[in-house]
Amino acid sequence: MTILTLKTKLEAPLEAAAVVPDRFAGKTEADIAGLEVAYGNETAHLGDFFHVDGEGTYEITLEGDLSCVKNIAAGMTLGKVAVHGDVGMHLGAEMRGGEIHVHGNADDWAGAEMKGGTIHIRGNAGHGLGGAYRGSRRGMNRGLIIVEGDAGNETGSLMRRGFIVVTGNVGDFTGAFMIAGSIMVFGSLGIRAGAGLLRGTIVTLRDPELLPTFRYDCTYSPSFLKMVFQDLKNHGLSVADKYMTGRYRRYSGDSNRLGKGEILVYDQC
Amino acid sequence: MAVHRQRHQRPRNILWRKKGCHCSAVGQRIQEPGRISHVPDRGCPTTACFNGLDAEEEVTVGGQLRFFGDGYQSSKVIAGRRYWRVPVMEGEFLVEEKFGVQAAIAGGNFLILGSDPTVTLQAAELAVEAMRRIAGVIMPFPGGIVRSGSKVGSQYKFLKASTNDAFCPSLRGIVDTQLPDGVNSVLEIVINGLEERAIEEATRVGIEAACISGIRRISAGNYGGNLGKYKFHLQEIMKKASTK
Repeated sequence: MTILTLKTKLEAPLEAAAVVPDRFAGKTEADIAGLEVAYGNETAHLGDFFHVDGEGTYEITLEGDLSCVKNIAAGMTLGKVAVHGDVGMHLGAEMRGGEIHVHGNADDWAGAEMKGGTIHIRGNAGHGLGGAYRGSRRGMNRGLIIVEGDAGNETGSLMRRGFIVVTGNVGDFTGAFMIAGSIMVFGSLGIRAGAGLLRGTIVTLRDPELLPTFRYDCTYSPSFLKMVFQDLKNHGLSVADKYMTGRYRRYSGDSNRLGKGEILVYDQC
Repeated sequence: MAVHRQRHQRPRNILWRKKGCHCSAVGQRIQEPGRISHVPDRGCPTTACFNGLDAEEEVTVGGQLRFFGDGYQSSKVIAGRRYWRVPVMEGEFLVEEKFGVQAAIAGGNFLILGSDPTVTLQAAELAVEAMRRIAGVIMPFPGGIVRSGSKVGSQYKFLKASTNDAFCPSLRGIVDTQLPDGVNSVLEIVINGLEERAIEEATRVGIEAACISGIRRISAGNYGGNLGKYKFHLQEIMKKASTK
């Protein structure tokens, strides 16, 4: 395992796209310390900011307040990254495989346009979680994101495949222009959830304020939700039995577009 | 001595695990060269179908049944496995995309001969309940129980199987019956399994569970001793169990 400990207070954003298991594996401590990063508008080396402990492996642990460190594990394809502390923007963006565990909060665009792997954030996430960058046609396309806290606006925007779970509340425009995939929110949805939804599923356990372009279908117990909840339990989340066995109101939409998406709302009655 | 025979000529079978109801999963049969495949029945209320066999060879099941959804179907990947949600009148049919297949044995069976239909059914249900705890076997009929066991052949040329008259209580007086006195109802339990040992074990626990007051005899469909290559001798199976 390679342990990186932040040794200096950052006064400008540090772009640390080099911190991925793919680039660490097989390198010595000196090689890792020599990897290039961008600090503000200057090129620097990883060793200028982090104390490197251990040879390069597919398992990286980062420690310290990394809220100004961007692009950690962006594009990773395998291995495991653990962050003890808050982490900056673009965590695991465009990743294709492996696992990221954050014991703290993550800033905006965590898991943006990811294509595989798992991100588990034990804190809050910012805006654009698993979403699409401006101008992109697709957001997250496979993979799993779990946030044990709140998430910001545009969670899962333009999502194509994959699963996002937020145990707290989410901001506005959740799943906006979603193509497919699933978003599950244990807390409340912000306004305009599912705007422009083509296909895909948004599940919420609190009554949301839905757009008028979503139409009520029925109240039932979808079998697949039981399996989803069971899988989340296997990931260490606690899920009350009433949500596994309960009934959900199904709303189809967005009828402004294809209208084959759905919002499932836990029926409190 | 009772001999169990493979009922189908081709001993290949899909095994699946069902959830939600006890009715038959043999909804459709796809005939392929060298294979009999049982596929889940999307018409059976509350049924959801999951692959219970991790095998090298897989066949697409949900991936084909999904077309019944006529464009309204959707898929979900959960824990790395793809499932299809097909909207149906009752609600929603959930089926896994692919099912494992391997060579297996179909058509093991035994008969429960009872004094009346109530006690015979009770014995059969107890047997099935016990047999379901055995890994690697399924009892493919509704509730695992068959009321209309068959014999090979018929007086009609177009019919390959017909009622097992030797075990029909209502024909006792006019056919060469195999029913002892006091038997007024017979139920059959059919067993499909991945290997002989699993079928033997299921047969043993099933027979033990079925032997309740009112059951006069346990027998099996023999089919003239010339159907299939696997033979399960009830007395040997029970003898093995008693010597364990």
